[in-house]
Amino acid sequence: MECQECHERPATLHFKQIINGEETAVSMCEDCAKKKGYMSYPEEGYSLHDLLTGLFNFDNLKMSNPSGKQLKQVKDLQCSSCGMTFSEFKKVGKFGCAHCYESFASRLEPIFRRVHAGNTKHFGKIPKRAGSDLHVKRQLKSYKEELKNLIESEAFEEAAKVRDKIKALEKGHREPEAGDEI
Amino acid sequence: MTLENFIDEAISPWMLEDGPDKDIVMSSRIRLARNFANVSYPILAEQDTLEEIRSFFEKEYAHQSFQSYEDLEFVSIRDLTPVEKTVLVEKHLISPHLAKHAQQGAALISKNEQVSVMINEEDHIRIQLYFPGLQLRKALEHSFHFDDWLEQKVNYAFDETKGYLTSCPTNVGTGMRASVMMHLPALAMTNQINRMIPAISQLGLVVRGIYGEGSEALGNIFQISNQITLGKSEADIIEDLESVVNQLIDHERTARNHIIEQSGTKLEDRVFRSYGVLQHSRIIDSKEASKCISDVRMGIDLGIIKNTSGNILNELMVLTQPGFLQQYANRTLKAGERDVLRATLIRERLKLEK
Repeated sequence: MECQECHERPATLHFKQIINGEETAVSMCEDCAKKKGYMSYPEEGYSLHDLLTGLFNFDNLKMSNPSGKQLKQVKDLQCSSCGMTFSEFKKVGKFGCAHCYESFASRLEPIFRRVHAGNTKHFGKIPKRAGSDLHVKRQLKSYKEELKNLIESEAFEEAAKVRDKIKALEKGHREPEAGDEI
Repeated sequence: MTLENFIDEAISPWMLEDGPDKDIVMSSRIRLARNFANVSYPILAEQDTLEEIRSFFEKEYAHQSFQSYEDLEFVSIRDLTPVEKTVLVEKHLISPHLAKHAQQGAALISKNEQVSVMINEEDHIRIQLYFPGLQLRKALEHSFHFDDWLEQKVNYAFDETKGYLTSCPTNVGTGMRASVMMHLPALAMTNQINRMIPAISQLGLVVRGIYGEGSEALGNIFQISNQITLGKSEADIIEDLESVVNQLIDHERTARNHIIEQSGTKLEDRVFRSYGVLQHSRIIDSKEASKCISDVRMGIDLGIIKNTSGNILNELMVLTQPGFLQQYANRTLKAGERDVLRATLIRERLKLEK
């Protein structure tokens, strides 16, 4: 069947319209269907990106408080570093800079939870330089846990050694132990 | 250019190496997304800023080596012809996004093509590392070392609770996407894969076609990767992925054995028909080629076709992509011309095996 509009290309789409109980059917090609406004969505269809921006778009306005009144619209947040606003972020689904994470912090938790199966905290690699303080912090935490276990099991000699390590770490971040790989 | 030389150029050296379960798992990949701490992300940054980043990488890393990743070649996207860009995408060395949208985009590619670093993609830095077969742990270990090496000169955007800060909230945390490319013809033939995909996605993993997001599973090749990057360590993510991949391998082997037992002659018929098409056709489109290549590869794995290398699938899958065909022809080709050249190339390649 050829397209009823252009009579050139084959008709690949068939539409049925019911207006006031009156039924009309048209068949046309994709190009003409677009021109006629039968297809409103963009060519690429529904991408993962659309899905994600959809996820971000839950407006505070739609949520009502217990008294049944609508919440006032929250003023749009803006990142002081790159200038991106929160509504822009929701539209494109991408942050403008690393500082956006801080600027929009108050509204990001639900987004992270949705995208990452309920998780909001990083567990994993820490950069060597950018995270060197954090390395020490984590090392201290693990020593302290070790110390606690050793004391509980009354291994006092071992415990003393671990205690010294903790002291050294706390004193200056650059004692030999601090340089050890975790 | 002779066909042999062309194949040498088309196939990344690491692809020819052996890897665990290589009959089913074609490759393992780790991708790490990283950014500079105090610079706007590419989506917002000024052209000048991106240009600075680009030249920083050229100055600091071009022709540098790290461990087995030697002589990093610096490639500026804007200096490439459209065909050259397509070829890099088809080799998975750069992403379609970098090829299309990044005026200030660049890539550092190691000599063995196992590591590529994309610059000014969605994030400032994206490190990709490939291993043949199922070697996720090794790939992770190597990518961590490579990451540490880059970090010596770059201040990464990192936050104690949110991890690596990426442009897209779907990458925040580890910034890691681990993926495995699998050839699953028997699971596809028996329609089992369609029943497995929903179960796999419940585990926070995604199943896609060979060229990533939105692409269909051409030639029964499926890409399985993690979706979640926050709240789980890289090692845990990889362990989950690996266990699913191992199950898929088991199921695929069982399904193959089952097909042989139940309908061995039918399978042999299918394999040899496809082999015949590849050996003799004069016009072949990429869909038919992928299907036939997949059949023949399975025939090789199951010993139905002898004296032909199993690598042929990986090789022909890349060689028969539009970009490579045009590079081989050294000009732009229309779809019809491509189908003719594709058929010729496949015929010639199969002759080399004899």
